[in-house]
Amino acid sequence: MKNRVVCYFSAAQSEQPIIYQLIKDYDLIVNILKADINPQKEGYLVVELEGEREKYKSGVDYLKSLGIHVEPLSETVIWSEEICIQCGACSSFCPTQALDLDRETMMISFNNSKCIVCGMCLDCCPTRAIKLYFEVREAV
Amino acid sequence: MAHQKTYEEINEKIKRGEAVVVTAEEVIDIVEEQGLEKAAREIDVVTTGTFGPMCSSGVFLNFGHSRPRIKMSKVWLNGVEAYAGIAAVDAYLGAAQLPENDPENKVYPGRFSYGGGHVIHDLLAGKEIRLEAIGYGTDCYPNKKVDTIIKLEDLNEAVLFNPRNAYQNYNCAINLSDRTIYTYMGIVKPNLGNASYSTSGQLSPLLNDPYYKTIGVGTRIFLGGGIGYVAWNGTQHHPNVLRGENGVPKVGAGTLAVIGDLKQMDPNWLVGLSYIGYGATMAVGIGIPIPILDEEILSYAAVKDEDIYCPIVDYSEGYPYGKSIDLGFANFKELKSGKITIDGKQVISTPQSSIYRARKIAGTLKEWIKAGSFEISKPVAPLPSADANIEFKSIPERNPNGNR
Ligand code: SF4
Ligand code: SF4
Repeated sequence: MKNRVVCYFSAAQSEQPIIYQLIKDYDLIVNILKADINPQKEGYLVVELEGEREKYKSGVDYLKSLGIHVEPLSETVIWSEEICIQCGACSSFCPTQALDLDRETMMISFNNSKCIVCGMCLDCCPTRAIKLYFEVREAV
Repeated sequence: MAHQKTYEEINEKIKRGEAVVVTAEEVIDIVEEQGLEKAAREIDVVTTGTFGPMCSSGVFLNFGHSRPRIKMSKVWLNGVEAYAGIAAVDAYLGAAQLPENDPENKVYPGRFSYGGGHVIHDLLAGKEIRLEAIGYGTDCYPNKKVDTIIKLEDLNEAVLFNPRNAYQNYNCAINLSDRTIYTYMGIVKPNLGNASYSTSGQLSPLLNDPYYKTIGVGTRIFLGGGIGYVAWNGTQHHPNVLRGENGVPKVGAGTLAVIGDLKQMDPNWLVGLSYIGYGATMAVGIGIPIPILDEEILSYAAVKDEDIYCPIVDYSEGYPYGKSIDLGFANFKELKSGKITIDGKQVISTPQSSIYRARKIAGTLKEWIKAGSFEISKPVAPLPSADANIEFKSIPERNPNGNR
C-alpha cells in the first residue's frame, strides 16, 4: 500500500533516525515530499510511504510509539485567477469538472468542492496558475 | 456599382468619432440579418483578436553604456541569455530561451519554469532584472564585465520584434500512440485521449482576411496591449496552400512579423509560459482591424467557425517524423464545442489559445477605434498571397566534408 502522511515531531523526536528505521526495519519506500525539521525544535515531515500492508502498519505503529503524530495528508489545489490566462487547456484533464470551461464565455472556473486533488491538472497549465498545497498545521 | 470606401474616408469617420466598428464575432449576425450590401455600407471596421503561445517572439534591447564602455559579447537577463552578436550594448532576447543551467528534459518531462518570455513579462511588469554581461575588452570598449540590476525604464529602447506570429490556421494535435506526449500543443494523452487546438477561429486576424487584402506591411495593430505594426510577412509564410471555397486556408498558411515599442505595452498581454516537456515560450496578444472597403472584404470578415477547418495531426509519429497520416479535418465550431469525432471516437477538444482573451482584444481595439485614438493604416506593401509560388523548404541533407 501507498499513502501520503504528515508526521508531526516534538523537539526531542526530531533527533531520531526514523527514516532510516522505516527503511531498514520495516522495508518501506520513503519519499520525502516536504520537511521542516530543525535540531532541538518541533517540526513536520510530509512523506509518501509505500510497502506491504503489514509492514506499512507496523511502520506507522513504530512512529506512533515514538510519540510522533501521524495524520493523513490533506492537500488542496489552489487556482489563481490573476495568473490564469483562460486558455482552457486544463479542462480536458480534470475528471470531476472542478476546473470547468464554460463553452459560451470560454472562461475557466474552479470549484474547490468538486476537486478530488488527483493532480491531473497541475502539469498541463502553462502559466502554473494551479498549484498543490500541503496543509500542514503550524505546530503540535 | 457596389459601394467602396477608402482608408482616408474611414479615418475621417474615426476622427469624427462616427466610425461603425464591430468585432469579428458581432459582424457575423449583422451580415446575416442585413445582408452583405447594406452591412458593407454601414460597417467601417471589423476588429479581430488572438491570444496564444507564439514562440517566435522576442525583444531588441539597448542597455546604454557602462562606464568604462563595454562591447558585450554575452548577455544574460535573470540568467537567461540574450543574443549579443550585434552592436556593443544591443541584444535580442528570445521568448523560448532557457536559463543557462536549466535541466531541460534531463529529468523527463522537464518543467521549464522560467525563460525569455517570463523575462519579457517581468520587465514589462516593472520588476527588477539582473543584467550580466561580459566582453573581451577593446581599446574603445575596455570594460569586460557588467553585473547590475535594471528595470524597463532604465533601457534606451526595448522593441518587441516577433519574427512569426498570428499563424493563419494551425494543426489540431492528437496522439495515436500508447504513451503520453509533451508538446508545444500541451500534454496530449495516448490513444486519442484529447485533442488540442490553437487559433481563435472566427476571431483570428488572418482567418478574417484570408488573402491579406487589407493586412500588409505597415498595418497598425494591437500588440501586447499597446500599438504595434506589421513589419513583414512572418517566417514560414506559405500562402499558396489548400484553401476552402471561402478562401480560408485549411492548413497552416500565412504568418506575420510584428514590431512595437515594448515600453507602451502591458504585462497582461505578454505572458511567459511553461510547457512541460517542451519548453518556455510567451503568449502574445494581437488584434488587427480590418477596414471594410467593400463587400468582398466584408464577406471574408464575416467568416464563421463552422466554415473554418484545420487538419487533425498525430503528434506522436505524424508530426515529428513527417509521416503523412490522414486524419481529416475538424471545424472550429466542433472544436469549440468541446468534442470532435475522429475515427468514430468522441475526443475531448481543448484550446491552447484563449478565446476569452481574444474577445477582450477585439473588444479593446473596437473601443480604441470608436474613441478616435486608433486610426487604421493602408499597407505600404502587400504580403505574398495565394497566387505566390512559395516552396516550403526543409533543411537539405548534404555532406559538409565534400562529395562522397
Ligand atoms: S486536482 Fe484533479 S480534480 Fe482537482 S482540479 Fe485538478 S484535475 Fe480537477
Ligand atoms: S491551463 Fe492554466 S492558464 Fe490555462 S485555463 Fe487552465 S488554469 Fe488557466
